[in-house]
Amino acid sequence: MQSTLKTTQRPTPMPTPKRTLGARLRSGQALVIGLPYAWLLVFFLLPFLIVMKISVSEMDVAHFQDLFTWSDGVLQLRLKLSNYLFITEDDLYFKTYLNSLKYAAITTLLCLLVGYPFSYYMARAGKALQPALVMLVMLPFWTSFLLRVYAWKGLLSEGGWVAGWLSALGVEPLLVQLGLIPAQGQLMNTPFSLVLGMVYTYLPFMVLPLFANLSKMDLRLLEAAADLGASPWSAFWRITVPLSVSGIVAGSMLVFIPCVGEFVIPELLGGPSTLMIGRVLWDEFFSNNDWPMASSVAVVMILLIIVPLAWFNQVQAKAQEGAQ
Amino acid sequence: MSRLTTAGLMTRLSRLLSLAWLAGGYLFLYLPIAALVLYSFSASELPNTWGGFTLKWYAALGHDQELLDGLALSLKIAFATAWGSVLIGTAAAWALVKHPRFRGRTLFSGMVNAPLVMPEVIVGLSLLLMLVSMQRWLGFPERGALTIWLGHLLLGLAYATVVLQARLKGLNPQLEEAAMDLGARPGEVFFLVTLPGLAPSLVSAWLLTFTISLDDVVLSAFLSGPGSTTLPLAIFSRARLGLSPDINAVATVIISVVASGVVLASYLIARRERRLAAEIAAAQHA
Repeated sequence: MQSTLKTTQRPTPMPTPKRTLGARLRSGQALVIGLPYAWLLVFFLLPFLIVMKISVSEMDVAHFQDLFTWSDGVLQLRLKLSNYLFITEDDLYFKTYLNSLKYAAITTLLCLLVGYPFSYYMARAGKALQPALVMLVMLPFWTSFLLRVYAWKGLLSEGGWVAGWLSALGVEPLLVQLGLIPAQGQLMNTPFSLVLGMVYTYLPFMVLPLFANLSKMDLRLLEAAADLGASPWSAFWRITVPLSVSGIVAGSMLVFIPCVGEFVIPELLGGPSTLMIGRVLWDEFFSNNDWPMASSVAVVMILLIIVPLAWFNQVQAKAQEGAQ
Repeated sequence: MSRLTTAGLMTRLSRLLSLAWLAGGYLFLYLPIAALVLYSFSASELPNTWGGFTLKWYAALGHDQELLDGLALSLKIAFATAWGSVLIGTAAAWALVKHPRFRGRTLFSGMVNAPLVMPEVIVGLSLLLMLVSMQRWLGFPERGALTIWLGHLLLGLAYATVVLQARLKGLNPQLEEAAMDLGARPGEVFFLVTLPGLAPSLVSAWLLTFTISLDDVVLSAFLSGPGSTTLPLAIFSRARLGLSPDINAVATVIISVVASGVVLASYLIARRERRLAAEIAAAQHA
């Protein structure tokens, strides 16, 4: 490295290398910011505006119609709000949105209950062990999500390992009592299998930000608390938990928001009683070919997640600024 | 005396609990993978009952044209996605880290982060509807590999930027300043100092976006056209119908290739990092 730098040294060093660098970079920098910016505007933001437009368009035989049409020299605007009226009036849509929010909330809560102690113990394990522990959480996350969800079908259906263990442990009556499964021996295509699959899939998304947060904590704070007479339990609740709030928020949003619109997991592991909104959108689009309706469903879904989404963006931005 | 033993007992209990929790968590994460791999060698037609050892499902894969075509297409798209995401992601990460203030920065960082959590059905639907409108005006693009790639790139860009941004922020700015003081041109600073420092994250961002693309179902379903069935789409349509043992064999192949690739890459990265750290330390002491 050093020799490379020496060879590039010029005979007369520039008096103010930094400012010259800035000037030189300015033209290149515009491209560095402009390219990804333009890309995202065209392929991320513009599509949402188009969806909003189509959600109020009428559908003719094969295509949605333009909002503005010229006829007899007059610009006509057709707005069709009936899709939105339908969503608010129809019971099915309302219940499905509610269902999606409910399962996303349950999944987030369970991920937090399982994931917080998990990341806590990871962060308190030996420093030499930690990279391996993180790697072990990342590895399933790298290997096909679709196939891992599919695997639960085998584990939970008749003759599967987990189905066998659960009935041996005698927890099935409890699951029936909780209304998670309709009857003993029926684990698949129930709220139980759906929630299990979602917790399984999204657990790493909860664990990784929490671990990143907890492993950075200054342990001397806990020592100080102990010196001042706090029990480990109260030190945990009054120091560790408050300090990890940003990790909790980041993890929860990473789980909650995508869960609301999840499609693959309910499709493979859910059942008739667990209809979620991702499936409704999918059916409107692929089975009914009703693109405006699918767009309206999407717009309402965006409205439901916009607050958590804004929160998530703020936490991300703050974390990114903070490290600077 | 008795208080001391209670305290000792408590520590032992809490250590036991932490071990049990970690072990249980990892068991939960790896159980489905273990089941997939094990039953891919089972001769039984039911993929969750053991019927003796066999390799017939693997042999059948070689003749399964749908899966082979899907695999070829998926690999092609994943390759293009990984390169595209890393290239644009580097620019985006650079913009976010080195330029704390520019017009529209909040919108920019929001657009970079949103695809990480945005439900894929929304992203897929909206991108498709835009591409369809575009096709009505301009006559292209046809739905197919290109449109799938555009969708995957959106997802990959978000992940690549997050990974690269973290690394870029952690790089010691003094190295770049030293290079500039020694007279290196901006391009030289970037290619000789910044890029080598970024390299480990470039590799992991590349691998991550590659696997994300290789695995994606929802975006591909929206953006694919006739004749462009990716491997996950083929697997998904079979998995919806029920359990089938040939999926277990595909799964085992994919999982072992990806897992060994990732483990190997992270081993090499870790070794390189250690060497680099040692070199920097040596240079500082010299």
